[in-house]
Amino acid sequence: MIALQLKDLRKNFGKTEIIRGANLEVKAGERVAIIGPNGAGKSTLFNLISGRFEPSSGEIWLGEHRIDGKKPFEINRLGLSRSFQITNIFPKLSVFENLRCAVLWKLGYKYTFFEFLADLEDANEAAEKLMEEIRLDKKRDVLAMNLTYAEQRALEIGITIAGGADVILLDEPTAGMSKSETKRFTQLIRQVTEGKTLLTVEHDMGVVFGLADKIAVVVYGEVIAFDTPEAVRANPKVQEAYLGSHVAEHQAAAA
Amino acid sequence: MALTKTHYEFKPYNVARWMIWSLFTLVLWVAPMVFSSNLGVTMLSQMGIAMIACLSYNMLLGQGGMLSFGHAVYTGLGAYLAMHALNAASSGAPIPVTLIPLVGGLGGMFFAFLLGYVTTRKSGTTFAMITLGMAELVFAMSLMFSEFFGGEAGVSGNRVVGQAFWGITYGPPLQVYYLTAAYTLVSVALMYAFTRTPLGRILNAVRDNPERVEFIGYNTQHVRYISFIIAGFFAGIAGGLATVNFEIVTAEVVGSARSGAYLLFTFLGGATFFFGPIIGAVLMVLAFVLLSEFTKAWLLYLGLVFLFMVMFAPGGISSLIMMNLRLASFGRLRQIWVAYVGLGLTALLGLAGTAAMIEMIYHLQLNAAMGPELKFAGVTLNALSTGSWFGSAFVMITGFGLFELARRQYLHDWDDTQVFIEKEIKRREAL
Repeated sequence: MIALQLKDLRKNFGKTEIIRGANLEVKAGERVAIIGPNGAGKSTLFNLISGRFEPSSGEIWLGEHRIDGKKPFEINRLGLSRSFQITNIFPKLSVFENLRCAVLWKLGYKYTFFEFLADLEDANEAAEKLMEEIRLDKKRDVLAMNLTYAEQRALEIGITIAGGADVILLDEPTAGMSKSETKRFTQLIRQVTEGKTLLTVEHDMGVVFGLADKIAVVVYGEVIAFDTPEAVRANPKVQEAYLGSHVAEHQAAAA
Repeated sequence: MALTKTHYEFKPYNVARWMIWSLFTLVLWVAPMVFSSNLGVTMLSQMGIAMIACLSYNMLLGQGGMLSFGHAVYTGLGAYLAMHALNAASSGAPIPVTLIPLVGGLGGMFFAFLLGYVTTRKSGTTFAMITLGMAELVFAMSLMFSEFFGGEAGVSGNRVVGQAFWGITYGPPLQVYYLTAAYTLVSVALMYAFTRTPLGRILNAVRDNPERVEFIGYNTQHVRYISFIIAGFFAGIAGGLATVNFEIVTAEVVGSARSGAYLLFTFLGGATFFFGPIIGAVLMVLAFVLLSEFTKAWLLYLGLVFLFMVMFAPGGISSLIMMNLRLASFGRLRQIWVAYVGLGLTALLGLAGTAAMIEMIYHLQLNAAMGPELKFAGVTLNALSTGSWFGSAFVMITGFGLFELARRQYLHDWDDTQVFIEKEIKRREAL
C-alpha cells in the first residue's frame, strides 16, 4: 500500500524553479531519509507535502486522498504530521500543555469550550504517556521556552507524533545537536515512530543510516535516486552529486 | 519543578482556588456596606462593569495574542441593544430588567459574529489594523443612523419598569449594584472556566505560535473567531450593565477612546495573569471618576503611568504581585521591604515635584483668569514666581536622584533574593 506519493511535483518561487518534477512513492511503514546538497529543495519538498506551500503543479497523494492545495490542518487531520527544522513549539506553555494541545484534535475535542481540560482523562493520559516516551516527564510543568535545546527538539518530536498520524515528516530532527545527543536522539526517534511511515530530511549520514531503510536523494529539485542505502551508496549518479565527500563517508562509517 | 518560574504559584491548587473565589464573592457582597455613599456604590457598580469588559478584552489580548483597538464596538453596541430592549420593556414588551444585560450580551455576541469573521481572518498587525478600521466604521455609522444611535444626544431610558419582583425595582443604586455584582461574579467565573477548556488552551497555543497550531489539526481562524464571539458576548454583558446603570447610551461608548481605555487598563493590570484585568478595571474607574476630579491633567498622568509600566514592568501590576508572592513564599520579602519603602518614598517625592510643575502649567494655560496662585497638596504655589518653579524643580530632582540610588540598592537586593531562591530550589531538589 502506498502511503505517500508525489507525481511530477513542481514549485516556482517567482521565476526560479525550486522543485522541478519530483516523483516519489513511499509505501506504508517505510522509513525514508531524504538527503541532498544544501539548497536542493528538501525542506521545500516537506513544505509542499505538509501544506505550508502550495505546489505550482503536480499531485501529492496521501493514501487515497489528494492533498496538494489543502491547508496544513486539513492534511494533518488526514494523518500526516511534521516537525520543523527551526524549533516550533508553544514557548509560553508548559511541556505538558504543549503535548496536551497536540492530542486534542485527534481525540475529537475540536473547538469545545463546554468541558474542562482537567476532566479529559484520555487527553491527559495520552499527554503523560507521550511525555514519558520523549523522556521529558521530569520537566512536566516547565515552560517550553525554558527547556534546553535538546529538550526542545524532543518536545518538537513529541508534538509531531502526538496526533497519532501515520505519516511522519521530520525536518532535520538532530540539527544543532552534539554527537552524543544525536545518538540518543536517533534512538528515541526510532522508538517513537515504530510502525509508522517516516520521512526525514537529514544531513548527518550517521542518523540517515541509523534511521532509514530507504534513501531518497534530492538534487536540484528532482529525486535522482530512491533505493536501499547500499544501492544508493553504489549509485554513480549519487556519488557524483553528493555522497563522495569525506565528511559523509566518515559519518557513515561512524554510524 | 518551579525551577524556571519567575512568579509564585499557588499550592495546593484547590484550597487556594476555593479561598480566592470565596473571598472574591465576599468582597462583592460587602463592598457597598463599606463604601456606602452614593458615589461609592456607583463607582463599585462601574468597577464590576469594567471588570467584565477588561476580562473579555483580555480574552483577546492576553490569551489569544490579539491586540484589538476596537473592543468598545462590542461593549457599545451591546449597550445600545440593551437600551432599545429597555425602552421596549417600558412600552410593554415582556423583558424583565434583570435580563437586560443578557440582551446586551447577545447583542455583543451577534456583532462579534458579524464583524469578527472579517476581523479574525488574520492575526498580528493585520488583526490590529482591521479592528481599528471596524471601530472607525462603527463610530462613523453611529453618527449617521440616529434612529438607532440617537445622534448626539444618545438614547436614554428608565430602568424602573414593570412590576417590582420581591421588592426589587432597580430604583435605588444599591439594587443595581447587586445586579451588577451578580453578573460580575458569574461572568468572571465563566471567563475563568473558559481558560481551562480545550478551546481556551488552544487559544493560548494560537497566541504563542499560530503556525504550529495549523500543523496539529486546528484552523487558527476558527479558534480566533469562536473566541472573539465569546469575548463579544461578555463585552456585551458589560455594555448591558452600563445601560442599566447609567440609563443613557451615547455614541462615545463605541468610540476609540473607550477602546483605548480597555487596552490601557488591561495592560496596566497585567495581561499575563487572569486576574490582572480585574486590578486594571478597579484602576480604570478610580482614574476616570476620582483622578479626573482632582486634576485637569489626569490624562497626562495616566499616559505617564502607562509609559513607565510598558518600559519597566511589561507584565503589569499582576506580574509584580506574583513575583513578590514568590519571594514571600521563600520568606525573602523581609529582606527587600526596606528597599520598597525607599523606592516608594523617593518616587513620591519626585512625582510631587513633577506634578507641581504640571499643575502650574495647566493652571497657566486654563485658569489664568483666576490669578497665578493655586493650591497643590496643601501648599500654595504661585505659577508666575520663580520661587515656586525653583522649589518644585528642586523637589523633583532630589526625588528622582534619590530614587535612582534607591533603585540601584533595590536591584542589588532583588538579585540577592533571586540567587538565594535558586540555591534553595536546588537544595530542596537534592533532598
